[in-house]
Amino acid sequence: MTPNKSQLLWMYEAMAKARYYEDTMAAAYMEGKSPKFDIGAGPVPGEMHLAAGQEPCAAGVCAHLRPEDAVTATHRPHHIAIAKGVDLKKMTAEIFGKKTGLSGGRGGHMHLFDPKVNFACSGIIAEGIGPATGAALAAKMRGTDAVAVSFLGEGAANQGAFHEALNLAAEWKLPVLFVIEDNHWAISVPKDKSTAIAKNSVRATAYGIDGVYVADNDPIAIFDKAGEAIKKARAGGGPTLMEIETYRYYGHFQGDPEVYRPKGEVAALKAKDPIERLRKVMTGNGVTAAEADAALAKAKAEVDAAFAFARSSAYPAPEEALQHVFA
Amino acid sequence: MSSNRILTVSRAMAEAIAQEMRTDPTVFVMGEDIGAYGGIFGATQGLLGEFGPERVRDTPISETAFIGAGVGAAMAGMRPIVELMFVDFFGVCMDAIYNLAAKNVYFSGGNCKVPMVLMTATGGGYCDAGQHSQTLHATFAHLPGMKVVAPSNAYDAKGLMISAIRDNSPTLYMFHKGLQGLAWMASPDGAAVIVPEEAYTLPLGQANVVRKGKDVTIVTLSMMVHHALAAAAALEKSGIDAEVIDLRTLVPLDRDTVFKSVAKTGRLIVVDEDYTSFGLTAEILASVVERDPSVLKAKPKRLAYPDIPIPYSRVMEQFALPNAAKIEAAVRETLNLKKAA
Repeated sequence: MTPNKSQLLWMYEAMAKARYYEDTMAAAYMEGKSPKFDIGAGPVPGEMHLAAGQEPCAAGVCAHLRPEDAVTATHRPHHIAIAKGVDLKKMTAEIFGKKTGLSGGRGGHMHLFDPKVNFACSGIIAEGIGPATGAALAAKMRGTDAVAVSFLGEGAANQGAFHEALNLAAEWKLPVLFVIEDNHWAISVPKDKSTAIAKNSVRATAYGIDGVYVADNDPIAIFDKAGEAIKKARAGGGPTLMEIETYRYYGHFQGDPEVYRPKGEVAALKAKDPIERLRKVMTGNGVTAAEADAALAKAKAEVDAAFAFARSSAYPAPEEALQHVFA
Repeated sequence: MSSNRILTVSRAMAEAIAQEMRTDPTVFVMGEDIGAYGGIFGATQGLLGEFGPERVRDTPISETAFIGAGVGAAMAGMRPIVELMFVDFFGVCMDAIYNLAAKNVYFSGGNCKVPMVLMTATGGGYCDAGQHSQTLHATFAHLPGMKVVAPSNAYDAKGLMISAIRDNSPTLYMFHKGLQGLAWMASPDGAAVIVPEEAYTLPLGQANVVRKGKDVTIVTLSMMVHHALAAAAALEKSGIDAEVIDLRTLVPLDRDTVFKSVAKTGRLIVVDEDYTSFGLTAEILASVVERDPSVLKAKPKRLAYPDIPIPYSRVMEQFALPNAAKIEAAVRETLNLKKAA
């Protein structure tokens, strides 16, 4: 599958929006945290896991999705949420702990829930794979052609839940795509020190399903492979395991000293930045520079508006903490 | 050897582990990011450099496998120290903890030993939301077969760690993130204290009366010890003399020290950062009332986390967390006094 002009522009806008979002968030996160860095201080406290560099995984997959398709994401969820169409204002307000946030400030950045577009994420490794499998089961039982996508890090492929869900989804031939964003680092532990094989995609063989691998964070190849897998899933062809070699520009969390990371690694990754690469592909495929610039400007304006909304929103009343324990 | 050096809790933990590793070749450490990183909360700093990757083993994100492996290695004669990064992550591996580690000594009629330490980070207060901020003291203390410790300062942290390593039963070592003395997370002044350089042990199951008083007993542990001491200092200005007990271990639980104190003061407040219902606070109250309710001059009171998942937003999290002001108010209520002006 090859993206057409409008799909290219959509992907570019989604990726640029995610990148600008993360860079804006990185700056906002540091407010109130200097000169002494305290993880609990400032308008955006707590752990913050940013996804700059990983945008192609989200855009290339979500380009094929509709609002009714379910997506579960990880502790590093912003790029996926953006590509899935999560309400950006409410998402940002949630991360600022505001009453107007997706969950009224209860969830924060690792627990973003937007049922309007069937998006959810969580903070435990491989935790989303079961719910994605369940959403696919629901689609199958209800006779719709909706699919589900579970995004995972490469570290998650060593969790029991990963293997159990793959087997279950394969046995029941569910319409689900498992996407491993392999950014090489499980916090400080590199893939080759944690995983007995080089590519997790080959693990698909153990469960009798298709396994595909995309090298070098290539947005076009991700679009292609994800498109094929999702088309197959909608047609009743069952699950696919897809692994994407991607990059993590920031630390595991903001404030990560990154003592484990080789010097120069991030600079080398940025030299082949996927957004710039996509832009080159686009301009060779009929997209004008003006059109690309307009998409970029639109993306930035939307992010700026979301941050403005979050900042100007009110905090919840303290006792609202007691609400919504039960449905 | 004597010295007046002050260590953070994380340094005290790492020193305890290093000293035991030097003298006992069966002691080793494994867990996520415990090697080059030195543990996300600093408990294994410097160990990789001294002992190498054979005895300081970074693991995949496979808690069921490596905690289960810890049980097996312990039964095979090793003394593993295994880190579960956040206690909240127990969900993926609880079977290895409560069905293997906690039960194998009993199932074997005492013929097998499980000398394993499972150390894990607890606690909130820094806006990390409901999957990274729990304490879950009672979840583990409820299950027979594991010793459970939760130190409040560096001196206790070192002594309890060495005791836990040398103990032939599995020990869950719950350290509060906010006490670790990390560069990136605030810590109360009383957490980093003078720590002797030599190895020493503290008995598992012996509470510490950290402040003597005659008017009211405040029983707590871990982070809340510091809030209780702050409350006691504030109450002192109003002429109220509070006794503060740091339990130090949940299992075994030092009920005697608690009872003796309450028999003296006649008033009891129990403070816990864990959820209120079915928890430590109720256990302490029950153990006093069961022994002799007549020692109580006033209704006992518990102050713990409300029965809600931990919210992210600071205003809501701080509303829910116990703190010094709430402890002070609870004491005044117990003494039937009005609020301080």
